[in-house]
Amino acid sequence: MSAQALSASPDVAIEMRDVHKWYGRFHVLKGVDLDVARGERIVVCGPSGSGKSTLIRCVNRLETHQRGRILVNGLELTDDQKRIEAIRRDTGMVFQHFNLFPHLTVLENCTLSPIWTLRLPQKEAEARAMYFLERVRIPEQAHKYPLQLSGGQQQRVAIARALCMAPKVMLFDEPTSALDPEMVKEVLDTMVSLAKEGMTMICVTHEMGFAREVADRVAFIDRGEILEVDKPEAFFLRPQHERTKLFLSQILR
Amino acid sequence: MSEPHAAALSARNAEPARPPHVFVRAGGAPDLPPPGLVGGPLAWAQANLFGSALSAALTLASLAFLAWALPDLVRWLLLDAVWSAPDGEACRRPGAGACWAYIGAKLEFFAYGSYPREMTWRVDLTLALGAALAVWLLWPGARRKGLGLALFFGAYPLLALYLLHGLGDYARALLGGIAALTGSATLRDVARNALPLVPTNLWGGIFVSLLVATVGIVVSLPLGVLLALGRRSKAPVARFLCVMLIEIVRGVPLITVLFMANTMLPLFVPAEWSPDRLMRPLIGVALFASVYMAEVVRGGLQAVPKGQYEGAMALGLSWTNMMRLIVLPQALTIVIPGVVNSFIALFKDTTLVAIVGIFDFLRAVDTQRLDPAWAGPTISATGYVFAAAFYFVFCFGMSRYSLMMERRLARGRRH
Ligand SMILES: Nc1ncnc2c1ncn2[C@@H]1O[C@H](COP(=O)(O)OP(=O)(O)OP(=O)(O)O)[C@@H](O)[C@H]1O
Ligand SMILES: [Mg+2]
Repeated sequence: MSAQALSASPDVAIEMRDVHKWYGRFHVLKGVDLDVARGERIVVCGPSGSGKSTLIRCVNRLETHQRGRILVNGLELTDDQKRIEAIRRDTGMVFQHFNLFPHLTVLENCTLSPIWTLRLPQKEAEARAMYFLERVRIPEQAHKYPLQLSGGQQQRVAIARALCMAPKVMLFDEPTSALDPEMVKEVLDTMVSLAKEGMTMICVTHEMGFAREVADRVAFIDRGEILEVDKPEAFFLRPQHERTKLFLSQILR
Repeated sequence: MSEPHAAALSARNAEPARPPHVFVRAGGAPDLPPPGLVGGPLAWAQANLFGSALSAALTLASLAFLAWALPDLVRWLLLDAVWSAPDGEACRRPGAGACWAYIGAKLEFFAYGSYPREMTWRVDLTLALGAALAVWLLWPGARRKGLGLALFFGAYPLLALYLLHGLGDYARALLGGIAALTGSATLRDVARNALPLVPTNLWGGIFVSLLVATVGIVVSLPLGVLLALGRRSKAPVARFLCVMLIEIVRGVPLITVLFMANTMLPLFVPAEWSPDRLMRPLIGVALFASVYMAEVVRGGLQAVPKGQYEGAMALGLSWTNMMRLIVLPQALTIVIPGVVNSFIALFKDTTLVAIVGIFDFLRAVDTQRLDPAWAGPTISATGYVFAAAFYFVFCFGMSRYSLMMERRLARGRRH
């Protein structure tokens, strides 16, 4: 795939053109092209080790791509640290293992970055945090420490923490795969309601029910290449690529 | 037992070989107290002191040792001790115990060395201010610690320097000159009425020991953190310099560092800029402590999971804020025992500055035991017991404080 012109239009949240990445000699991403329109929900799936995490971690520079271009909200990712921080402020990320700060209360987790990077006054940051903690339905836990909460509650705090930065894009990296089955739903419900409000989202997940319900498009990635991108109905009913069929037959039984 | 339980039991009793295929629990099991919960000192002693044959033997052996050692110790320290006497006469009498009267008579010297007696209020004031600030900073839940930190690391060292050292002729002349140039009356008054100089060769005793330890602690924590961050940084030059400094200073005994600070600094620095004779070992001790602190802190930094860095970065925090707000608080909490261990070691190592001619507390004790007015068989022992008690109280205090902080910080992060 060759590099195409970048549009940098305001309707496009994320543009990836011919993105390559290597870990040492290991070629993880082999020319990924992906556009995410503003308000679009994309679910990324693929076998373990296919490069899903690497792909979305390139979007907020937790990993550095070595070839190609990535634009987030019209800003191109370069080595400029200030610009990277600006892009990260507009890009919320939710991790598989929550990555909450254990030495801070739930409320402090949510107000920390608004206070220190957005320079919100403490009162305002707290009001905003309480608003989003109510949105994820755990305002009563605000003064507890993260490790005193269940996994599902922790993940909802992590979502609220990301939302407190008022991001334009949300990235989810397998947010439910470290959770006990009975807690998966509460986190998915939160993500569904977020999606229904028009948040731009890239979700790496194997929750195909979630993909069917909210995704605008589903992308299948294998061995560092995007093999197929389609609307969910078509993707699940009429997968085109052989490896997509094989993958779907393995996870949808 | 409630109805359904009895029914289930009797059903089982009727057909003992076959468990019921369908079983639905009705009602709830009652809460029973845990077994063997008997209180009282006797039960405690039985469980902890005589729980097994080995433990009983150890208990008895310890009791025997205490019975053998304690009476003599109590007699020497308390019962036969001389509590007040004008000179060493009473202490030289055979069978006399510790000579506390000698400590009382020498206390001023032990505390201040040769600092002019009429000016010791300056030392007292400095120590009191320092203690007040330290309590403010160390008190859990105290308010406005930011201001306290700024005062302790910014204003206090300068104030302490002025209080302890006073203004020398140079500084006085300089101030006077500025006053004459600007015509400022206040400056002229300051220059005229400033505290007189007390040169550092008169400083000595407990206050010098506390000074060396405090400077070491106050410098080594921030400098150690910087060195540790430098050692882990991605910038090769900074990393190389930090590694060099850490490895070189750490590979050399403190005494050598002190000798080098004492004899080498004057070689590299022009004579009039050469640091004061007390300043040199202060720099040496601070450097030595910082390097050890750096390695302790590095251990803590390595123990903070990668996810914490990623969580902080994903929120758009700058590197400084990530380190300051997320990584260092967790890393330092992890290494509190190591940090306090370093502080305790440092506090005791301050006695080594005596080797380069600084008159610290132990040196003060050491010189006074030969005073002919007091010299006697128990004087040395009394002095050293007093010194040991002094060091023990401080080190034990630090250890207890760190235990308390560990518990406080661990609270709220358990599952
Ligand atoms: N830091 C790293 N150094 C070297 N190799 C890495 C590193 N991180 C990931 N890899 C390798 O890159 C490949 C892609 O990793 P990635 O985490 O993106 O996969 P994934 O699709 O998210 O898989 P999973 O479903 O298991 O999370 C894997 O083969 C992994 O072993
Ligand atoms: Mg992954």
